[in-house]
Amino acid sequence: MDILKTAIAGTVESSDCLVTVEPGSGTIELDLDSSVMRQFGRQIRKVIFETLGRLDVSNVKITVVDKGALDCTIKARVECAVYRANEMKDNLPWGDVIV
Amino acid sequence: MNPNMKRLRRSMMFLNCQKPSLIKDPYVYAPDSIMLDLEDAVAEREKDAARYSLYHALQEIDYRGVERVVRINGLDTDLWKEDIRCSIAGGCDAVRIPKTETAKDVQLVEEAVLKAEKEFHVEPGRTLIMAALESARGVMNAFEICCASSRLFGIALSGGDYTKDLQTTISGTGVELMGARQHMIIAARAAGVQCFDTVFTDLNNMDGFRKDVETIHAMGFDGKSIINPRQIPIVHEIFTPKQKEIIFAEKVVREIDSKRAQGIGVFTVDGKMIDIAFYDGAKRILALARASGVYKGEL
Repeated sequence: MDILKTAIAGTVESSDCLVTVEPGSGTIELDLDSSVMRQFGRQIRKVIFETLGRLDVSNVKITVVDKGALDCTIKARVECAVYRANEMKDNLPWGDVIV
Repeated sequence: MNPNMKRLRRSMMFLNCQKPSLIKDPYVYAPDSIMLDLEDAVAEREKDAARYSLYHALQEIDYRGVERVVRINGLDTDLWKEDIRCSIAGGCDAVRIPKTETAKDVQLVEEAVLKAEKEFHVEPGRTLIMAALESARGVMNAFEICCASSRLFGIALSGGDYTKDLQTTISGTGVELMGARQHMIIAARAAGVQCFDTVFTDLNNMDGFRKDVETIHAMGFDGKSIINPRQIPIVHEIFTPKQKEIIFAEKVVREIDSKRAQGIGVFTVDGKMIDIAFYDGAKRILALARASGVYKGEL
């Protein structure tokens, strides 16, 4: 999936994360800031890359500000930002690439 | 019949799907049901975001036996069908229809739920439905709504919108809700489904909340919608049968069974006149006590 425009999802409230996606320059460029970077930085990064992989996004600049979000919240925010960047809201592939 | 049709639903707690901090661990407060809200609590521009959070929460969080109901957006919006797809794909236990006014509303949702169950390979009939009545018209049509679908386990009063429709306001005394409450509990019982009361929004008035719960318990309601974990212990205390009631109910059931075999129809238990009319009520108290975890007997 292409990132057609800049889109944002989430918040910087506790247990949430703020995800911004922008059209990339040929690769996945991740800028991650997390309140739990030392303990969970690697896991958060893994969840972000896996989610982008499922959505077939390979050309994106993605910025994530994490405030202790669970994996399920990180996935939800990344998916939301990507689909917003494509202006897709209905007939989403629940249980397919959103999983 | 779906085995969850009559499950214990003393407390049904609303949670805003827009807020990850609210939906990640509500089971610690042990409500009987949670109502994951995609409707009023979610800002218009965050409706899509709430769905992704809902889907992953349903899929990945172990709610430890707490029933997971999703309140979808109203049938007057372009959101409700995708809300249902997302909820069923996630594996919710039930869908709550807001602003229900007719049997047709329930049937429309039933069709969409069945379609989604087929699409996402969920066993047809697994997902239950409840209907919130939020207008004078909805309350007037309560009985036909209760009978509209074999999936419908109950109806709930939504007091805020209902009082607005009546052109009055929530007073705190309950006087403005009396008619709707009485009408709805009668309709629900006539149809054999459950009935739930509206939220009590003044969290600084716990005495008022207790009185409100005592009132609806006495009226016959099955439970109450709640908005804060602090309200749960009070609801459970009032809705859970007391030991004295359980002991008396056991005696009534045993005596009726025994006297029936002897051909005796009317007798006394602890000085009270008892006949067959008391049997179902006593059995219901024991079933409620068992479901609430305070009765382990064999009756």
